[in-house]
Formats: sequence, C-alpha cells, structure tokens
Amino acid sequence: MKPLFTQGPSTGVRLILLIVLSVVLMTMDHRLAQMAHVRSALSLVLAPIQYLVNFPVVAGRWFTEGLSTRRDLIAENANLKAGQLLLRAQVQKLEALESENRRLRELLHSGSRIMSERVLIAELLAVDADPFTHQIVLNKGSRDGAFKGQPLLDSQGVMGQVVEVGPITSRALLITDASHAIPVQVNRNGIRAVALGTGAIDRLELAHVPDTADIRPGDLLITSGLGGRFPPGYPVGTVVEVTHDPGQAYALITARPSARLDRSREVLLVWPRTQTAPVEAETGPEPEGPEQLESGADGAGEPVPEGGG
Amino acid sequence: MSVTRPRGGGIIAFTFFMALLLTILPLPEWAGPYRPAWVVLVLIYWCMALPTRIGVGVGWLMGLLLDLINGVLLGQHALALAVVAYLATLLHQRIRVFPVWQQALTVLVLVGLSQMLVLWVLGVTGAVPRSWDYWLPSLTSMLLWPWVFVILRDVRRRFGVQ
Repeated sequence: MKPLFTQGPSTGVRLILLIVLSVVLMTMDHRLAQMAHVRSALSLVLAPIQYLVNFPVVAGRWFTEGLSTRRDLIAENANLKAGQLLLRAQVQKLEALESENRRLRELLHSGSRIMSERVLIAELLAVDADPFTHQIVLNKGSRDGAFKGQPLLDSQGVMGQVVEVGPITSRALLITDASHAIPVQVNRNGIRAVALGTGAIDRLELAHVPDTADIRPGDLLITSGLGGRFPPGYPVGTVVEVTHDPGQAYALITARPSARLDRSREVLLVWPRTQTAPVEAETGPEPEGPEQLESGADGAGEPVPEGGG
Repeated sequence: MSVTRPRGGGIIAFTFFMALLLTILPLPEWAGPYRPAWVVLVLIYWCMALPTRIGVGVGWLMGLLLDLINGVLLGQHALALAVVAYLATLLHQRIRVFPVWQQALTVLVLVGLSQMLVLWVLGVTGAVPRSWDYWLPSLTSMLLWPWVFVILRDVRRRFGVQ
C-alpha cells in the first residue's frame, strides 16, 4: 500500500481550491463576454470528438448512397428535377411579389424593406448532448464566416440562432430551448407576439397575448424581424391550441415549430441584411464572400487564431 | 511492499475518452433523458481503484471537458465531478469491498449528488429543467454500474493499470 498523501496538499484542501476555482470560472463565464474567446479556442480541442462521433453516421450514409442502384438514382434525379421546376416557378412568383411589395412600400414611404439574404448550407454534427437544452453543433465556424446571433433555417422554417462560434464548429440554440424567445407575427392578420421555447422539441408558447387577440388554431406564425436578429417573413410555427382560462390575464397559445428541429441534418446559415441598409444597396443577390457580415454581436464573430487552417 | 510505479495512464485516458464519446453519441429522441452519466461512472471507478492517481484534479478536469462539450456554463460539471471524486476517493476502501448491488447504490447517491450540484448551479443561473426526467441519469447509471464495473476491472487487470 502506497502512502496516500505523499505529495502536495491534502485532497480536502485541493477540493476546496477546485471548488473556488469552479465558482470563479462560472462567474466569469456568466458575466464576461471575453470568455467567448476562451470557449471558442477550447472548442477546437473537442471538435475531433464531435467529428468522431459523427463518423458512423457519415459512413452509414456514404455506404447506403454508394449502394443505391442506378434505377433509384434515376428516379431520384427525376424527382429532384420536378421539384426544382416547381420551386423555380414559385420563386418567380415570389420575385414578382417581392418587387411589387417593394414598390408599394416605397409608395407608402414605409421604413421596412424586403431583404434578400445570403445563405450557407451547414451540416449538423450529430450531437445532442443534453436532452434539456436544445442545442446543436454545426460543422461551420468563424472560418466560414458564422457569427454569434446568426439565424439558422431549414427548408421548413426557422430553427434557431448561433450562440457560440468556434474556428471550425459552432453551437446553435434551437427555438424550442427553454431560454429562447423569438418575435413573431400571425401571418393572417399581423398580430405580434413573442414565441417562447418550452424545452419540448415540438412546442412553442406565445407569451402575453391578450385574451381577445384574434389567433386561431392553424394560424401560421412568421418571423416579424422586430428583434433585429431574424430576417422577417420566415415561418416559425403553426398554432395548435388556444386556451382561454378565465383566471388568467392572457390566453395560453401553443404552437408547433415549422422547422423539423429533430430531423434536419442540413441547415441554412443566413446572413441577414441589416434593417437600416439603404434600399439602393440591395440589387439582386449578394456576391460571395463571408466578409460582409454585420459587426457580429459582441465581437464574437471575430475569427480567433486558428490551429489547423 | 515496494512502491509500484504508475502504469497505464494511456488506458485511463482512453476510458475517459470513450465516456466522453458516449456522452455525446446521438440517441433517439425518447432515449435522450435515459443517457447514463458515463463520465461520472468512469470517474467513480478509477477513484475507487486507484485513489492515489485519480482524484479531485482529474475529476475537475473531466467536468470541465463535459461543460465544454455540452455547451453549458463552464465550471458546473467541474465543480460537481470534483466533489464526486473527493467522496469516491474518501470512501474507496469501503466501496471496494461492498457487494456489487451496494456499490450500485453508492453510485446512485454519487451521481445523484453530482446532478444535484449541477441543478443548484442551473438554479442560480435561472435555467432549471422543469421535468423529473432530469434525475433519470442517476437511475440508469446505477443500473449500469455492475457492467461498467466488470468491464473496467477487466480492462485494468488486462493492461496492468496501477
């Protein structure tokens, strides 16, 4: 049997030191914005683990794709072409509506503009760490121009926003996380509200909606763009239930997110054009180049020194 | 009664690495809340088996990694795991001779304690989980302990970690 405490201070003293250190760390992490840099640097260390965990998924997909037959491919190709045609037609209509909307707004001297955004496809690293916080890890980081506060979409609607940016990965908070809120409006009549995450992956709650507000089950909620973080006009969710409790000051309204939060693997990172951008500047889609981001909230969008390029 | 030189540090690191992998391994939606506290299990085992080598320092470090990989406030798991490591090293002589079901109960208490410390931090920062599911990892960790124990013991003997 070895003597237990030969070197250094006793375990108890070390424990107390470490507890104090933890508390200091937690306080710093909670209060100081500079800790974001530390985190983003440390995330580089853990990125290999996340990629490694993701590997079986990638390998499995590669394998099934490699094994799919020619006939499947042809069928899929035809499907995709048909789908693309459909989408193109819809986009044409949308563009016409967009320019009409812009003209009308100019007639009205309205301040808000329809904006076209630049997007980048990011892939989920298949990581769901804690079932009680709805966060996902993406395979794009500050190297690709991602920034803190960046909105995240999938093909169906708004997914969430980036909360932490590392050099090669970033972490996003989903709209259903209990700490997330997103300003929305009802597509049908423009009633504004704030959709709060509930911690359940298929449920949002609208906060502080007066009992008399005209909101019905089936109403589509879209981003209002009022928070300045999400671009306006994207679907957020569909109202599923409206409960009027006579004892409560507000109606209890729940909605189901439009985005497939638990299924999407490909997501879109969006670079919104700022609300204040002059109208002349928005002619057509933006040229490539990740440098045109907005200042990047709290400077967290600044690239940190990169380890491996 | 010669003082043995420490061996097998790589094996210990590897077991912790595997625990971290298991911590973030994708699970189906329904299984998410049942995920055992792998890192805590491995930590308890090594604290019990090699209390002179694995203690509060390693526990704290692993907790820090857990915080990073979970994207939560830095230091909350570090705090919890340091305390768990402290208790496990303190009790190691007793835990070692317990029958395995009694060990499992100890694990329940230790994992539960770590969860309680994390919950306390969550409460201070205002991010309390609203569901009782929060405590499920303690239960699944307890149920899994016999297997974790046997596997890690075999690993330790096979590679002569001491």
